[in-house]
Amino acid sequence: MIVTLNRRSFLASTAAATGALMMPGIARAQDAIRVGTVLDVSGIFDAYGTPMDMAQRLAVSEINDAGGLLDRPVELISYDTQSDIALYTQYAQRLVRQDNVDVVHGGILSASREAIRQTLRRANTLYFYNVQYEGGVCDRNAFFNGVTPAQQAEVLVPWAMSRSGPRVYILAADYNYGQITARWLQKYVADNGGETVGMDFFPLDVSDFGSTIARIQTVAPDLVIAPLVGGAHLSFFRQWAAAGMNARIPLASTTMGVGNEHKVLTPDEGNGMMVAYNYSQELDTPLNNAFKERWIAAYGNTDAIHEIAVSHYMGFHLWAEGVRRAGSVDRDAVIEAMEDGLSVEGPSGMMTIDPQTHHTTLDVHLMEVRDQKMEVAESLSQRPPVDTQAVCNLTENPDDNTQYEIEF
Amino acid sequence: MVRCCLKEAKRMDLAVVILVEVLYAIAWLVLVSAGLAVVFGMMKVINLAHGEFMVLGGYATITAVGLGVNIFVAMLIVAPLVVGLFGLIVERLVFRHLYGRMIDTMLASWGLSLMMIGAFKMIFGNTTTGVSGPIPGFTVGNYQINGYNFFIIVVALLLLVAMLAVLRGTRAGLVARGAMQRPDMASAMGHSPDRIYMLTFAIGSALSGLAGAVLAPLIGLVPTAGAGFIAKAFITVIAGGPSLVAGLASASGVFGLVNQFFSFLVSPVVGEVALLVAAVALLRLLPRGITTRFFRGRL
Repeated sequence: MIVTLNRRSFLASTAAATGALMMPGIARAQDAIRVGTVLDVSGIFDAYGTPMDMAQRLAVSEINDAGGLLDRPVELISYDTQSDIALYTQYAQRLVRQDNVDVVHGGILSASREAIRQTLRRANTLYFYNVQYEGGVCDRNAFFNGVTPAQQAEVLVPWAMSRSGPRVYILAADYNYGQITARWLQKYVADNGGETVGMDFFPLDVSDFGSTIARIQTVAPDLVIAPLVGGAHLSFFRQWAAAGMNARIPLASTTMGVGNEHKVLTPDEGNGMMVAYNYSQELDTPLNNAFKERWIAAYGNTDAIHEIAVSHYMGFHLWAEGVRRAGSVDRDAVIEAMEDGLSVEGPSGMMTIDPQTHHTTLDVHLMEVRDQKMEVAESLSQRPPVDTQAVCNLTENPDDNTQYEIEF
Repeated sequence: MVRCCLKEAKRMDLAVVILVEVLYAIAWLVLVSAGLAVVFGMMKVINLAHGEFMVLGGYATITAVGLGVNIFVAMLIVAPLVVGLFGLIVERLVFRHLYGRMIDTMLASWGLSLMMIGAFKMIFGNTTTGVSGPIPGFTVGNYQINGYNFFIIVVALLLLVAMLAVLRGTRAGLVARGAMQRPDMASAMGHSPDRIYMLTFAIGSALSGLAGAVLAPLIGLVPTAGAGFIAKAFITVIAGGPSLVAGLASASGVFGLVNQFFSFLVSPVVGEVALLVAAVALLRLLPRGITTRFFRGRL
């Protein structure tokens, strides 16, 4: 007997089989809301990702303890991307194709965000990137609640320069975040009457900064600004202190402390470094104190809490509020609800969605590292993402899908 | 001080700083390559797990410091002992069956390296650990130098002197060299090549452990950190050629100088590129290593 299998009947039968396989997924999706995350819980970026994952679990348990979202429980499907970009694309595909999640939160490095953003956009799966970054991404499918250069560097640079001097040396991580941030820093240094006297970029696995530290001394800047990223770059701050440089040239950073680096460094190594973020554990507000208590109840102590763990937590609650307002997890309904000036108040203060850019208006605090803590020196309330607003308008141009970069 | 001389003094300080950085870069290469020079240069075992041997030394140091051991004792004694012992065990289990089969040693050691990375992840976690450097920085004129760099330079220098002294000045060194060249003759003269190979491998491993230990305070240690050392170690040993100590010193000297020259002149990334370009050029000109042309017949 000859079995004839033509293309049409093959497609028909496999489609039916696939449909049958997907049925349980659809049935399950109706009782639980499915939230996917991709975070580096191991590898050289685990100092960032592990607390973010803890914050995510805390936020989900808070919502479930309060009866869930739209009377449905929230189910968390999280993947550890192991600080490996290849795993981001792989797990993002799995989240949208196999797990059928309603939203994806995650991505830490800007490179990982760009690795998964298009996949999620094509799959019409809502995406939240909850980490401070270089700004400029214009994508209606995505929301961003981390500080951008206009919110952070614009105030950090003049503050740090006023406490040191006009000649600035920039040391940045060599990938999209570091490259674009370095250009923003140059712009703000120039805007404030200063001069960028040197700039070096380092691949993420570089951990020996001896020759760089000597080079910096030959240029003798008044200030070093270091947007360095990850576990390997942590050794810069250590070697900087080991050479006694921390007592001689003030140092500011747009990333130091985001992964709790100031707690890994000894007080002598870290004291005096200047940073600007949306959150500090030292913020004495009722909402932050209540958040820390809930964290302690879940994890025993507050050691792990850092800037991007809190922004991840806030991003999840922003989405949850959008779902409540929309009365559905449908992508378009949630986007419309979010674009209606939605705001949420939490441990890092008030966060309001900017409908034009899908970024957020938020508080920024200028801080100095003191005895492994971030002491707030000055608080700036409700700063809009003007850098992205200058280039991105999703209300007028909803199909935009570019990352705008600063020209300098 | 008059203006001219102030400038002059500043330039002198800079020269000192650059000199220290160059010496440090050379010392770094010597340390990273020493263990491999013994295991690969002398014994012809292509040890792709060399980087992981170093990482093991680093973890041994951090663990020992965590248990309250003095950091110098941990680096200079505990780590070499632990890694030497580990080398002894894997030599007995794996490498002694593979002498003379270079490609097979490569495969076996690659497997070993993957296994070690997995074990590090299980035991120490897939995360960055480290210890702070034990020596404070100090001033040269207007410049600050990392005091730990001097420690590295001194350790590397002592290591070279010790290797030379053992190989040239002691009977054990003579026997080892003999056994590497003609195991049959060594055997005929009453020495056991098997035991000599075993001990040499253990000593090579201990040197790798020492390197990992003294570099641990400078780097954030992750289970996969070994990959950052292995390429440069092989390049240095191969470019050095047949003489153990002279090859190690001369290749490290050339590469360290080139690396730092371009690091200062352009940027650290270009420095790395320049090192690799220098290695390619050197192997084109002296395919069997520096010591086939210069320092011939030296150790």
